Amino acid sequence: MKTDGDLIQVRELVKYFPVLAGVLKRKVADIKAVDGVSFDIRNGETLGLVGESGCGKTTVGRCILRLYDITSGQILFEKTGITNLKGEQLRRMRRDMQLIFQDPYASLDPRMTAGDIICEPLLVHNMVKGKEYRAKVAELMKMVELEPRMEDRCPHEFSGGQRQRIGIARALATRPKFIVCDEPVSALDVSIQSQIISLLMRLRQELALTYLFIAHDLSVVRHISDRVAVMYLGKIMEITDSDELYAHPLHPYTRALLSAVPIPDPKIDRERKRILLSGDVPSPLLPPPGCRFHTRCWMAKDICKESLPELRNVGSSHWVACHLV
Amino acid sequence: MGDRLLEVRNLKTYFYIKEGELRAVDELSYTVNKGQFVSLVGESACGKSVSALSIMRLIPYPPGVIVGGEIIFDDKDLLSLSEEEMRSIRGNRIAMIFQEPMTSLNPVLTVGRQISEALEIHRGMSNQDAMQEAAKLLKLVGIPDAERRVGEYPYQFSGGMQQRIMIAMAISCRPALLIADEPTTSVDVTVQAQLMELINNLRQEFGTSVILITHNLGLVARYADHVNVMYAGRLVESGSLDVIYSEPSHPYTMGLIASVPRLDLERAQSLHVIPGLPPDLTRLPKNICAFAARCKFALGECIKARPELEQVGDNHLVACFRHSEMKALAEVEK
Ligand SMILES: Nc1ncnc2c1ncn2[C@@H]1O[C@H](COP(=O)(O)OP(=O)(O)OP(=O)(O)O)[C@@H](O)[C@H]1O
Ligand SMILES: Nc1ncnc2c1ncn2[C@@H]1O[C@H](COP(=O)(O)OP(=O)(O)OP(=O)(O)O)[C@@H](O)[C@H]1O
Ligand code: SF4
Ligand SMILES: [Mg+2]
Ligand SMILES: [Mg+2]
Repeated sequence: MKTDGDLIQVRELVKYFPVLAGVLKRKVADIKAVDGVSFDIRNGETLGLVGESGCGKTTVGRCILRLYDITSGQILFEKTGITNLKGEQLRRMRRDMQLIFQDPYASLDPRMTAGDIICEPLLVHNMVKGKEYRAKVAELMKMVELEPRMEDRCPHEFSGGQRQRIGIARALATRPKFIVCDEPVSALDVSIQSQIISLLMRLRQELALTYLFIAHDLSVVRHISDRVAVMYLGKIMEITDSDELYAHPLHPYTRALLSAVPIPDPKIDRERKRILLSGDVPSPLLPPPGCRFHTRCWMAKDICKESLPELRNVGSSHWVACHLV
Repeated sequence: MGDRLLEVRNLKTYFYIKEGELRAVDELSYTVNKGQFVSLVGESACGKSVSALSIMRLIPYPPGVIVGGEIIFDDKDLLSLSEEEMRSIRGNRIAMIFQEPMTSLNPVLTVGRQISEALEIHRGMSNQDAMQEAAKLLKLVGIPDAERRVGEYPYQFSGGMQQRIMIAMAISCRPALLIADEPTTSVDVTVQAQLMELINNLRQEFGTSVILITHNLGLVARYADHVNVMYAGRLVESGSLDVIYSEPSHPYTMGLIASVPRLDLERAQSLHVIPGLPPDLTRLPKNICAFAARCKFALGECIKARPELEQVGDNHLVACFRHSEMKALAEVEK
């Protein structure tokens, strides 16, 4: 993988959550949420992260933001290791990285006004003086296409799409370089979803932002991302340019995932080949040995049960973890 | 096909809340034929679920009241039946799958018991036969080790499996009509594909009619025969699948289809955006087009009167003053 121009570098990231039991709360097992993933995010790029529920997408995002202590591995931001940052250094880094959540309602304090929610990070980081405050609120609200006169309203007085705009304005307040967008449009209606996607794309352009865009809707991820990583049970199965992934998916899981997405045009959808996977995703407490996907893979051979396929480069910027590709 | 199973005529379901009268469903009419797969689409809060709950006669009163209309099913008007008569139809001739499985599965009964109960009541089976049938149904919907798992409780199953159990329950009495209200919104795409195939096979095998309520225009394209588009409580367009996708004639339908990103097309730089928000149903003036405020084709007449549904083609209805110009206007847009 190239390293020049990389804003984020993730190396062999592992994050286990302990399962505790008994009165002594002894660790009895590990939830292997993220189990050795490596990838880079270039300056100004949007990396999409897709995969089924529970595969570890949110955990990856939160590890990068240092919201979780990682189990092992390395995370670099602007070429500097951030896994051991503390105190003032950690605080400075936090300004540069922000998070946009899925559920705009649950993530906003219901008793605060929109203006205070948006500017809270500025107060936390001592980035605004008393008399600049209102101007700053107005500027941020305009940036996300909200009327500044609505600054005194509370979250419940806004629609879902407007609440997501508040969440975005708040994330932008400290002028970050990097934003983890964790399912930012999943809870929204189609028409509101396209408004928010367009807003995120415009802001990326205007403010030279870099995104990690997490979502389970593959069409949305493709639309907004330059490259896409596909995760399954804590591992990256395939990673490549967005257009390449959709035009030439190589991993059996990616192919199944893409074929499961119906195309909103009946004439085209009828012609598509479908790969129907059986069963559910296994538990991350006891992931299957060998290839994590072999229990549901329609191509699996004996080797898949025995040895873990490495993420290999198969040409230009296309990486795949499968024995049979 | 062609035989009528359900006919909703001029249905009005209103809620009387402190903000006033909320016309959740207004003057709604549509039909479902035997074996037909009809999809109901539209923005959040446009009345899709309320229209389905009206058919099931499950509108909470107060604040909801079905103030008018008829729902003809099996040649009877469901709205004139007693609650007891309705109970013999619900879960039997008409079944419904809800969006959140846990709200409709009873947490303290085993899943086998929940399925067998309906079989005993509606099909007069003995307890033992009903349990056996329950296991068969669970197997049919893809629950592994079904004979053993009939004795387990809902929480012992994953979200996708709970949704399958709901489907098993819904089909247990071979309903003539299955109403699926966003049956796959809380599951992953690969599981969604499994569940939808299940529902579709049912219809092919037993001739069950399906009403699918969804936001997912891809699912509609894959499974529906006919599409009904609602906006602000009313039907704004209705047509066969191919007509709706190839010649949508209501600006809302057009915008909806254009605003979903698509896997199969070149990545467009910008997405079509329908501006603004859906109207507040308690404050909606009666004599305008409810979509006018967000419609880029709106003219003066659109805020002076309400466009009524008009037949514009075979089986194709549209409520828009400018429907005859839409094809040309859409070309100009491109
Ligand atoms: N704080 C936590 N404590 C314990 N286990 C956790 C925690 N957070 C996540 N997990 C577990 O780790 C695994 C990965 O979870 P994660 O939330 O990263 O998945 P995800 O891909 O974001 O899923 P979704 O699409 O549902 O949001 C899951 O099995 C989850 O239950
Ligand atoms: N029990 C209720 N009391 C008051 N208002 C209600 C009630 N149920 C529904 N409504 C209102 O009726 C309107 C239609 O709601 P409905 O649930 O049918 O929307 P929907 O189209 O199914 O939306 P979604 O896609 O979000 O499920 C909404 O404005 C809703 O607030
Ligand atoms: S490695 Fe084997 S099991 Fe894994 S995806 Fe490839 S073929 Fe399937
Ligand atoms: Mg997540
Ligand atoms: Mg609904």
